[in-house]
Amino acid sequence: MTMIGWIQIILFCVIIVSLTKPLGGYMTRVFNGERTFLSPVLRPIEAGIYWISGVDERREQHWLTYTVAMLLFHVGGFLIIYGVMRLQAVLPFNPAGQGAVVEDLSFNTAISFITNTNWQNYGGESTISYLVQMLGLTHQNFLSAATGIALAVALIRGFSRASMRTVGNFWVDVTRTTLYVLLPICVVYTLFLVWQGIPQTLGPYVEATTLEGAKQTIAVGPVASQVAIKMLGTNGGGFFNANAAHPFENPTALSNFVQMLSIFLIGAGLTNVFGRMVGNQRQGWAILAVMGVLFVAGVTVTYWAEANGTSTLHALGLAGGNMEGKEVRFGIVASSLFAVITTAASCGAVNAMHDSFTALGGMIPLINMQLGEIIIGGVGAGLYGMLLFVVLAIFVAGLMVGRTPEYVGKKIEAREVKMAMLAILVLPLMYLGWTAVGVVYPAAVASMANAGPHGFTEVLYAFTSATGNNGSAFAGLTGNTFFYNLTLASAMFVGRFFMIVPAMAIAGSLAAKKSVPPSAGTFPTTGGLFVGLVVGVILIIGGLTFFPALALGPIVEQLAMNAGQVF
Amino acid sequence: MLREIRPAIVLLLVLTAITGLAYPLAMTAIAGAIFPAQAQGSLIEKDGKVVGSALIGQEFKDDKYFHGRPSATLAPDPNDSTKTVSAPYNAANSGGSNLGPTSKALADRLKEDVDKLRGENPNASVPVDLVTTSASGLDPDISPEAAEFQVPRVAKARNMPQDAVKQIVAANVQGRLFGLLGEPRVNVLALNLALDRTAAK
Repeated sequence: MTMIGWIQIILFCVIIVSLTKPLGGYMTRVFNGERTFLSPVLRPIEAGIYWISGVDERREQHWLTYTVAMLLFHVGGFLIIYGVMRLQAVLPFNPAGQGAVVEDLSFNTAISFITNTNWQNYGGESTISYLVQMLGLTHQNFLSAATGIALAVALIRGFSRASMRTVGNFWVDVTRTTLYVLLPICVVYTLFLVWQGIPQTLGPYVEATTLEGAKQTIAVGPVASQVAIKMLGTNGGGFFNANAAHPFENPTALSNFVQMLSIFLIGAGLTNVFGRMVGNQRQGWAILAVMGVLFVAGVTVTYWAEANGTSTLHALGLAGGNMEGKEVRFGIVASSLFAVITTAASCGAVNAMHDSFTALGGMIPLINMQLGEIIIGGVGAGLYGMLLFVVLAIFVAGLMVGRTPEYVGKKIEAREVKMAMLAILVLPLMYLGWTAVGVVYPAAVASMANAGPHGFTEVLYAFTSATGNNGSAFAGLTGNTFFYNLTLASAMFVGRFFMIVPAMAIAGSLAAKKSVPPSAGTFPTTGGLFVGLVVGVILIIGGLTFFPALALGPIVEQLAMNAGQVF
Repeated sequence: MLREIRPAIVLLLVLTAITGLAYPLAMTAIAGAIFPAQAQGSLIEKDGKVVGSALIGQEFKDDKYFHGRPSATLAPDPNDSTKTVSAPYNAANSGGSNLGPTSKALADRLKEDVDKLRGENPNASVPVDLVTTSASGLDPDISPEAAEFQVPRVAKARNMPQDAVKQIVAANVQGRLFGLLGEPRVNVLALNLALDRTAAK
């Protein structure tokens, strides 16, 4: 670890915290339907969209209607992706002449993108056309992100409203998020990325003759416009197979730094939106502090482990840390930081191959996802996931003092706690259950790339990533098989929607409750005690759930590595 | 609930058209006008022919060129399309080795490469980036140490004094941005082009 490495990490944290408040203020105006500085341009477009789609923007929805609208929207999104992938051979914008994508891979990819996971069982440049990249994947990068944000806003309204039957209008929330938040940032961001060197062209792959006279086919495409939203929307599905490690997706140290910022940007801003909408910004800062504690701890461990290297490297006298699967322009620190950010935030883009990380360095990304993607988390999803843990923590605090727990003026009762537990328990059921199947079913075992405990970790990582809607991988695992295409799709689906429905049920039940003014006996939820309590509950619930699985994978591998064993 | 059906279809189609077609196509037009070189892939031409991209590494095996990092990229086996074969710096199929920290295959590969490099330059310690594969398999850069390490071999193959080669390396080192972000590095293709230009003089 070096001083200059730590300065980069601290700079990252400082910039994120300083952007949280202004962005939170802007987004709050957007979600409240107020005028913003972009309204003169965007308001006519917005009104036109409502008119043509028959949306009455003043009519709000019950939580159940809101949820059903969201699900219908996703059925359509699924059909579009599946359709263009199956038909890409006969559709335009296909200069590389890619053939139709097979059924199970198309199914997996469609589920992957509507759930904001962006797990890549396809290799972008070798499998899919420019049209699929744009119409299939870029469009759903926007809409799955907008959906996550809309749902988080609906849950916040549950906390901030009193005695109301509705939580907002899904169509309005999705449209406003897309038009006022995601698109304007992406337009500027795309141009920045092209300036840094990311291609943006519809032309065919380039045939080059290298200095030594060999032929090199260089894949290009409309890359920058997709990279912008894949980062901002915490989607993470790469244009290319190597994702953000590919020099055309992340060409410079500056593009890398800005990409890391853009992964956290909206998720951090939403904590401020929460604070503003419940009437006390310190409530938002407390949530961000919980996330920050867990994040910094993770960065420290991974950075230390990667800078330390492996015993294989030490035995050969190779200094400078674990550079296998990392790019020179990023080095150890920017690769470690990126890995922790992308898994904390449910993004899943990678600028280094996590499969080649040291055992402990690769365990932190795994833990980040197993905690339920709540350290900033996916846009929107991270906030509603975190609020579920807050509900539990408040419940635990209430049990300790024998008082009905309250949070931001709402009584937390049996229904809320049951729903929060349901959402939190469904995740380990998916990733532990499927991992158990994956390590005994012969066709699945054949997919492992590494022997020994590392092979087990590959399988555990895959199902954890899918369930957490992250999308990063221990990419040695051959995921494009019938078994993995279907099981991973089921994990992604359950991980997304079985979290959303209970969260929305809580939103509806909270919105209907009266608001209780704080009294002398109310547990303050803006201080260090609260932050410590939530961190503790997250770690205890998480630790009890997945520690045994970690012991079989990364922990035993670290011990084997220390003993100089290879597999 | 029924009145949600129309927005589910129409709103989806409208937003899909905006984000999936209008946005990427407009960005393609604007980016192509403002940053034409980058938008096409930062291609480098020599004598009117494309020799590569400034951002994409390519394979160098000749002693007279600086070599990049090992690359783990693959290509379909020409004899059996269900299998793949090693194809270093295949810029149409990026990827890493994905070998883990306790992999025997990785340990064996590293040992073989380190022994080979020690034979080539016994006086210096082997830089770690010169024996490890990159994440993309297309890393265009090596560390300044890795370039320094290869100077004796390149100077000998080109019949040039080592100091002259060292000067060209030094001129091609890119530092950290603002002295802070990223890592110092040397773009291998740019370095080799600079060498060829010097030789041509």
